[in-house]
Amino acid sequence: MSQLRIDEFIPENRLLASGHLACPGCAAPLAMKLTLNVLGSDTIVVMPACCYTIIAGPWPQSSLQVPVFHTAFATGPAVASGIRAALDVQGKHDTTVLVWVGDGGTFDIGIQSLSGAAERNENILYVCYDNEAYMNTGIQRSSATPWGAWTTTTPAQYPESSNKKDILAIMAAHNIPYAATATPAYPVDFVEKVTKAKAMRGTRFIHVLSPCPPGWKCGDDEGLELARMAVQNRVFPMLEVEDGQRWRFTMDHAGDLVEPYLRRQGRFRHLRAAQVAHIQAEVTAHWELLLRRVQAEPLVPAGVAVAD
Amino acid sequence: MKKVMVGNHAVAWGARLARVEVISAYPITPQTQVVEKLSEMCADGTLAACFIKVESEHSAMAAVIGASATGARTFTASSSHGLLYMHEMLHWAGGGRLPIVMADINRAVGPGWNIWTDQNDSLSQRDTGWVQLYCETNQEVVDTTVMAFKLAEQLNVPVMLMLDGFYLSHTAEPVDIPDQELVDRFLPKREAPYKLDVEHPHAFGALVKPDAYMEMRWLMQEALRKVPQALEAIEKDWMRMFGRSYGAIEAYRAEDAELLLVTSGTVTSTARAVVDARRAAGEKIGVLKVKMFRPFPTTLLRDALSGVARVAVLDRNVSPGHGGIFAEELRSALYDLPAAERPEIFGYVLGLGGRDITPTVIDDVIEQTRTGTVPSRADLWVGVNL
Repeated sequence: MSQLRIDEFIPENRLLASGHLACPGCAAPLAMKLTLNVLGSDTIVVMPACCYTIIAGPWPQSSLQVPVFHTAFATGPAVASGIRAALDVQGKHDTTVLVWVGDGGTFDIGIQSLSGAAERNENILYVCYDNEAYMNTGIQRSSATPWGAWTTTTPAQYPESSNKKDILAIMAAHNIPYAATATPAYPVDFVEKVTKAKAMRGTRFIHVLSPCPPGWKCGDDEGLELARMAVQNRVFPMLEVEDGQRWRFTMDHAGDLVEPYLRRQGRFRHLRAAQVAHIQAEVTAHWELLLRRVQAEPLVPAGVAVAD
Repeated sequence: MKKVMVGNHAVAWGARLARVEVISAYPITPQTQVVEKLSEMCADGTLAACFIKVESEHSAMAAVIGASATGARTFTASSSHGLLYMHEMLHWAGGGRLPIVMADINRAVGPGWNIWTDQNDSLSQRDTGWVQLYCETNQEVVDTTVMAFKLAEQLNVPVMLMLDGFYLSHTAEPVDIPDQELVDRFLPKREAPYKLDVEHPHAFGALVKPDAYMEMRWLMQEALRKVPQALEAIEKDWMRMFGRSYGAIEAYRAEDAELLLVTSGTVTSTARAVVDARRAAGEKIGVLKVKMFRPFPTTLLRDALSGVARVAVLDRNVSPGHGGIFAEELRSALYDLPAAERPEIFGYVLGLGGRDITPTVIDDVIEQTRTGTVPSRADLWVGVNL
């Protein structure tokens, strides 16, 4: 990757106002800014309970200069389906309905309505910004929390004992037109994916790794660097899947060891060498699985729409 | 146009006449015929609505919330556990001041599983900010569904109408279908004062701090306070255009009555027949049907019941640990009437889980009320075989 100054790459954006309430170093507003830069003002945002409920700002203010519908935890995709239907009735087919949800609202409490919307191939763009725990309520584990991590409900003596749910594979298995991973630590890749998603119709899903300094126990200035490490060490590879069939890496992954990534975060500080080795083995195994997916002959070739 | 139809189809016809734009629903007995009929209407083009077939009732209510917030006229229907599963989103619709209309086919709540009627499903949603209207006949169902939209959109409050499971939902009656052109004049296309609009971006439902939350709830309360008067005006229009009206409460042969049966839903029809027989025998007895449970029609009820000696409330529901819910609310509404004007209230719990409330049962209730001494504060259960 060539070096790129982020303030040159990201143009001035009036859709995300200053004064939002994110914690220092939170990557979510950067992800939002990149997303709205691409989507523009013809966008309606659906926001179930998540950190961004707070970040967006309390009534009567809003740091988002597009319409926002705040809603209950489990309902993002269902509310978005209703908004989509109403817009279509009104002939507003080009307006993007963006569902902006954390990992809890996606992996856990919202997965039923997400699966329902994806099965119906609702014409919505769903972005999960994943900070790998219930950060807004004070760092409780979710099914997006990685194995071995400390959270306030998985204390260091008994850290997280389940593997992170493979949400990309789950969404790809719905055969939706587009599913991808992204992180604002790679803004060019991020913007390309949102641009691609914007041009498509049907359910589009982007899983964003969004570092959280208070929850990961890292410095305010370390989040994006950690996200880049997570990509390069294959903890969070950059992928896209079209029609649930065609898996593709969107960049090269160096295959660095995971240990330096883990050691820089307080949430993994308690890990012993054997546990680090276990994580490394899991990452390697998952990478092998991804390679098979990427190399597999697609059942549906590119250019053949599975759903309109 | 007259048609013979079951209550569930009357609901669907009401939604069709109102030209709903977005429907979202999930099937549950005994509501299923509502969504089947609406699906047919959408499929054959007689109803130009988008029907979102979601994976749960929670999502059904969420979807119509999204559509309603975008300015569409929306409708859903459910029953029992489905309604309970919506509970969180019923609050969201109420607090969000969204004029959604839904039908609840009253069905008992498990366990044990019971698909037959009682009112505990809808009454347990009474604090969600929805208007609640309990219907007695299929004609009333069609008419009320259309009027409900007018009421909802006038005050920005959601409205729920109730039908007794099977006793009304699956019972065929002749129904006069109002003329569509007249209905269109009565209920023009919805014009939402606030909606999700990219030209005028606003945030809805954001964090509200203690300095403003209470005011928002007060405004909600104010809107609900206006419902009885608004409904009266809407019913007057309906009467003028279609020749029928129902009222938030309806007194039947209540003039000079010394004993009134307070009813809701289909048991009202049985009570009317019992009263007819007893009036023929010279007894001073009548029926007071309570159609509107939320907002509770306190003033109307005080006027209707002031000075009546004895009142028997027939509750097809129970608040466990307390009593029949209509009876308890009625006691509260009449508490500060002057003692000489205040009726003795006998609260009967009966007909739970679909048990039939026959004329004989109502006769027994009347006898017990007439001969009873001081009414018990406790609930009087009818027909418990233990």
